[in-house]
Amino acid sequence: MIGYVILSQSGQPINYYIQLMQRIRLLKDKIISKLMLLFTILSVSLVFIIGIGLYYKSIPVLQNSTWGHLLTSSVWKPLKGLFGFYPYIMGTLWVTGIAIIIALPLCVLTSLYIVEYAHSRVRRILMPFVNLLSGIPPVIFGVWGVLFIIPLIQDHIAPHFVEFSTGYSVLAGGIVLAVMIFPLIVSILNEVLRTMPQELKDASLALGATKWETIKKVILRKALPGIIAATVLAISRAFGETIAVLMVCGNNAVVPHSVFDAGYPLPALIANNYGDMMSIPLYDSALMFAALLLFIIILLFNIISRIILSRLERKMAA
Amino acid sequence: MTKDKAHISVQDLNVHIGGNHILKDLNIDIPNKSVTSIIGPSGCGKTTLLKTFNRLHDTAADVKVTGKVLVDGEDIYDPNTEITHIRKKMGLLSQRPYPLPMSIYDNVAYGPRIHGTRKKQDLDIIVEKQLKATALWNEVKDRLHSSATRLSIGQQQRLCLARGLAVGPEIILGDESTSALDPVSTSIIEDLFVKLKQDYSIVLVTHILRQAARVSDYIIFVYDGRIVEYGKTEQVLRNPREELTKEYVKGYIV
Repeated sequence: MIGYVILSQSGQPINYYIQLMQRIRLLKDKIISKLMLLFTILSVSLVFIIGIGLYYKSIPVLQNSTWGHLLTSSVWKPLKGLFGFYPYIMGTLWVTGIAIIIALPLCVLTSLYIVEYAHSRVRRILMPFVNLLSGIPPVIFGVWGVLFIIPLIQDHIAPHFVEFSTGYSVLAGGIVLAVMIFPLIVSILNEVLRTMPQELKDASLALGATKWETIKKVILRKALPGIIAATVLAISRAFGETIAVLMVCGNNAVVPHSVFDAGYPLPALIANNYGDMMSIPLYDSALMFAALLLFIIILLFNIISRIILSRLERKMAA
Repeated sequence: MTKDKAHISVQDLNVHIGGNHILKDLNIDIPNKSVTSIIGPSGCGKTTLLKTFNRLHDTAADVKVTGKVLVDGEDIYDPNTEITHIRKKMGLLSQRPYPLPMSIYDNVAYGPRIHGTRKKQDLDIIVEKQLKATALWNEVKDRLHSSATRLSIGQQQRLCLARGLAVGPEIILGDESTSALDPVSTSIIEDLFVKLKQDYSIVLVTHILRQAARVSDYIIFVYDGRIVEYGKTEQVLRNPREELTKEYVKGYIV
C-alpha cells in the first residue's frame, strides 16, 4: 500500500497515518475475537482434561479390580487392596436427595411469596438476606450443623422414630445442605417467576380465578422448566459440597437404611483421607477413582436432566 | 335488563398511578347489550379506564382508585365486594392473546372448572358451544387436546374470547383486541363483537377509528384523562360537538 499516493476528493493526499490506524483497529478487532474463542475452547476443554486426568490416575485401582466390583462392593479394606465404593455412592445420593426434598418446597413457596405477594419494600429487604446466605462459607454451616442440627436430631427428632441416634446422620447432612442450596434455588426461581408476563396472570384473574388458583394452575405450570433447571443446578452443587456435609453426616462407610443412619459421601471420603493415607498402596488411586465417580455422576445427571428439560419444553409447545 | 339501560355506571372516578393523575372525575353510563368504544390518543387513559371495570389494577401496587364503579348497581370498589364474582361477570380480551399453558380444551374449560363445573359432559358441552360461538370449532375440533400455543395468533385470540365467554359473563371488555392480528382475523373478531352484542354488553378500547365506526353503537372520546364527548357513533364521528373531537376524528391529534 505504501508506494502510491491516494488523493481524496479535494485532491489532498490522504494521511497514511490515518490509514494505518484504520488497519490496526480492524486487526485489533480480529485478534480480540480470536482470543475470546481460544479462551472459550480452553475452559470447555478443561472439562475433558480433568476427566481424562482423573481416569488416568484411577488406572492402577481399575487394573486391580473391575468397574462392576468397585461400584457394587461394600467392602472397604484398603490394606488388603479392597475398595468398594457402593456405600459412598449411596451416601452421596441419600444426602443430596434429602437436601432437595427439604429445600425444593421451601424454595418454591419462598420465591412465590417474594415475587407474587410481598410488598416491593419487603422484597427489597428480603432479597439481600437470601443472597447473604449464599455468601456464608460452608464451614460455618458445618459448625452450625454440629451445634444445632445434631442435638436437635439426637434429642428431639430421632427419639420419635428410632431407639438411638447420635444425630450424626444423612438427615443432618441433608438439612445443612438444604440450607446451603436454598439461596441458589430461590434466586433462580425469583428470576423465573419475575419474567412471567403480567398479562398471563391477568388472563386467569379476569376469569374470576383467585390468586392462588392462578399461581397453582398457570404460573407454576408455565414455570416448570425453570423450576427443574434450578433444581438441577442445586443438585449438581449439592453432590460436590464437602466440608459442611462431612462435619455432620457421621462418615461411616455403610449403606444408610434410614435418614438417621450415618453416611459417608464421596467428597467427604476424598477430603478426609487425601494426604493422610498415601502410604497405603493404591489408596491415592482409589481416591482419584472416587473423584472420577463424582465427576461422572454429575456429568450423567446433567446430561439426563438436559434431555428431560428439552423433552418437557417440546411437550409444552406441542 | 332492557336495552339502553346502564350496565356499568362510573361515578366521579379518579385514578392515580404512581403519583400521576391518570383519570379525572369521570362519569359515564355504559349501556346494556350494545358495543361501546373508548377512543382517544395514546396515553390518554383508555386502557386504564377499561381496567377499572374489572379491578385488574388490584395487582399493581401503586394504583389508587377513588369514586364508584357500579356493575348491575353493585359498587365493585366497595371493600365488601368479592372480586372474583365481579370478574366472572366480565370477559377480558387483551391486546395480544395470552393462552394459558395448557391444551385448547383446558383453556376453555379453565374458567368453568374454577367456578365449580366438574362433570366432563358439562365441560364438553361448554367447550363445544363457545368454540362454535367464536368460529373456532371447525378449525380445532380434531386437536382439542394439543397445546393452545400451537394455534395462529388470530386463532389464539378467538380462543381467548371463547375462554372468556365460557364463564358466562354479561360484559366483554376488549383492550385493543385486534391490534396484533392480521386483517382477516381482525374482521372475524369484529364480526363476532357485532354478533355477540345481542347477548352481552361490550366495551372496546380502540385506536382505530374505522373499527369504532364499524362495530360500535356508542363512542366515548377520552383526552388527557377526561371524557370529552360521549354519544352515538354516528353523531360523534360525523358530527362531533366538541372541537377536540373534531380534530381527533380528522386526524390532527394522534
